[in-house]
Amino acid sequence: MSTTDRAIPDRLRSPLEQRLKSWETLLLAVAVAIFVANSFASPYFLNAWNLSDATFNFTEKAMIAFAMALLIISGEIDLSVASIIALASTAMGAAVQMGVGTPGLVLVGLGVGLLCGAFNGVLVTRFGLPSIVVTIGTMSLFRGISFIVLGDQAFRGYPASFSWFGQGYVWWVISFEFVLFGVIAVIYGILLHKTNFGRAVYAIGNNPTGAMFSGIRVQRIKFILFLLTGLMSGVAAICLTARLGSTRPSIATGWELEVVTMVVLGGVSILGGSGTIVGVVIAAFVMGLVTFGLGLLNVPGIVMSIVVGALLIGVIALPRLWTMWRTG
Amino acid sequence: MLKRLISSREALLVGAIAVLLVLISSRFPGFVAPSNLANVFNDTSPLILLAIGQMIVILTKCIDLSVAANLALTGMVVSMVNVVAPDLPIVVILVIATGLGTLLGMFNGILVWKLAIPPIVVTLGTMTIFRGFIFLLSDGKWVNSHEMSEGFKAFPRAEVLGLPVLSWIAIIAVILFSVVMARTTLGRAFYAAGGNPHAATYAGINVGRTQFWAFTISGALAGLTGYLWVSRFAVAYVDIAGGFELDVVAACVIGGVSIMGGIGTVVGALLGALFLGIIKNALPVVDISPFWQLAISGAAIIIAVALNAQANRKKGRIILKRAEHAT
Repeated sequence: MSTTDRAIPDRLRSPLEQRLKSWETLLLAVAVAIFVANSFASPYFLNAWNLSDATFNFTEKAMIAFAMALLIISGEIDLSVASIIALASTAMGAAVQMGVGTPGLVLVGLGVGLLCGAFNGVLVTRFGLPSIVVTIGTMSLFRGISFIVLGDQAFRGYPASFSWFGQGYVWWVISFEFVLFGVIAVIYGILLHKTNFGRAVYAIGNNPTGAMFSGIRVQRIKFILFLLTGLMSGVAAICLTARLGSTRPSIATGWELEVVTMVVLGGVSILGGSGTIVGVVIAAFVMGLVTFGLGLLNVPGIVMSIVVGALLIGVIALPRLWTMWRTG
Repeated sequence: MLKRLISSREALLVGAIAVLLVLISSRFPGFVAPSNLANVFNDTSPLILLAIGQMIVILTKCIDLSVAANLALTGMVVSMVNVVAPDLPIVVILVIATGLGTLLGMFNGILVWKLAIPPIVVTLGTMTIFRGFIFLLSDGKWVNSHEMSEGFKAFPRAEVLGLPVLSWIAIIAVILFSVVMARTTLGRAFYAAGGNPHAATYAGINVGRTQFWAFTISGALAGLTGYLWVSRFAVAYVDIAGGFELDVVAACVIGGVSIMGGIGTVVGALLGALFLGIIKNALPVVDISPFWQLAISGAAIIIAVALNAQANRKKGRIILKRAEHAT
């Protein structure tokens, strides 16, 4: 795992500003420090299967985080992603009851994700509403529909071939989800750093009015970004549902905050305009390693959330405190 | 004058609430009986208190997602204080709750003011940190009704002039903050800092410090509500008021508070909270499964924000605002 850890940044590193580079270096140092600390703290840490299990802590969230990173760089946000997972999962569960097979289930999951993304996108780009409010609304709406459909019930009975998306291994300890995570990271890295589309996303985030006057179709690109975020939530819904083997309306509760934390921790400015996919990849590993390491030490999940919260604030606050101290 | 009054958000919302009440009462007349409406108001009081604080924060272009966690942490602390020292007068409990809430709010405010960390990041972080602290303090255990002293539980329920103290606190907060927002320098500074930060700076207003005070007020109200919440429901545990921060933001948005800052009133926040409170209380009465509540409040938020945007659709101004925001 440590080799991929280094290989992905090498391949995707783009010649951005020095400051951004140092951010990722700092984050990588944090990741390595956590890795080393974990190996000393628990004898069970350096075990291929344990490490493989640990990747499930972040792969699904990271898939959404890549799309969310682009959305946040463009100056918008989507807080409804976890609710899209719930709705997509509920739709797949309902499809199973109707006897739909695995390919159909995947289509349903992706389709619902896209529809939800389109709904958010239309409200933000056509009606000109602030995305934070729209997606707080759809966050309740989408999960609310799941609750209406399911109530206190659960959908089960997913076919075995479907479970492979969440439980299957491609080779030895390398899970399907981990491979998918890598592939999606590369796709988004290329999309953001190597295409006109990616440059447009940065331009929109830095100065939407300026971008508009340079001939960038601001609203259309934002709409596509909402679609992508919805689609990735659909992908995450397929993986998570397959992994859990059941759907409850409370599935993936609170994930939107973890996804945003991952993106911000990865050095993406919440105000838009800057950030890299490499940063998000490292941030995903940092969060995964922290959660897994503390889990091995029997630290309860809620205490881990303190660490994640402190990490989020600390990683941003410390460099600023440092500059303040340096400049007096 | 009349036209302005009719087209104002508050009037629109009062109309919406009236229509809602008429619809419910057409089938269930008991719902609009004064005693039941008083119950609904009392039930909505915590939401009103938090919505007032949130409105002030949103006015300054910030957002406070940590209010529910602040409430839960303060509630747990005062419950544990009560278990250790059952004879402590309620005044002291109120001071502890408000004081602790204020400190937690100040912590958010300092990070936003001095380190210029975006508010959504700060409060997303402190939200999880505060929740975690509750677990560390309580070890995941509950403080149950029988462990709390009678006085501790009785305070928000005590009736004064026919209404419980909880309702009175909400009423006093609405009046107090209406005056603060309209009649004090700080109140006007909240509007100025959010409406146009650059102009506010040139007018001699320290925008960062104004945001700090907004978070402090929001924290103080959340702390106070923390005590009222645990004593009313007579239980304190890690997850109380989980997800409540979204209801609070929703109440503000429905009440016409602009998420871009600078627009909003205390009465708007009050009406937004009441709208949500009435829906929540009416669902079981009209025999709709409580599972519908989440979807309905989501739809209400979207409709409200769409209506608000229609109401102040001025293309030129919006572009300017965006450009300003981007710099």
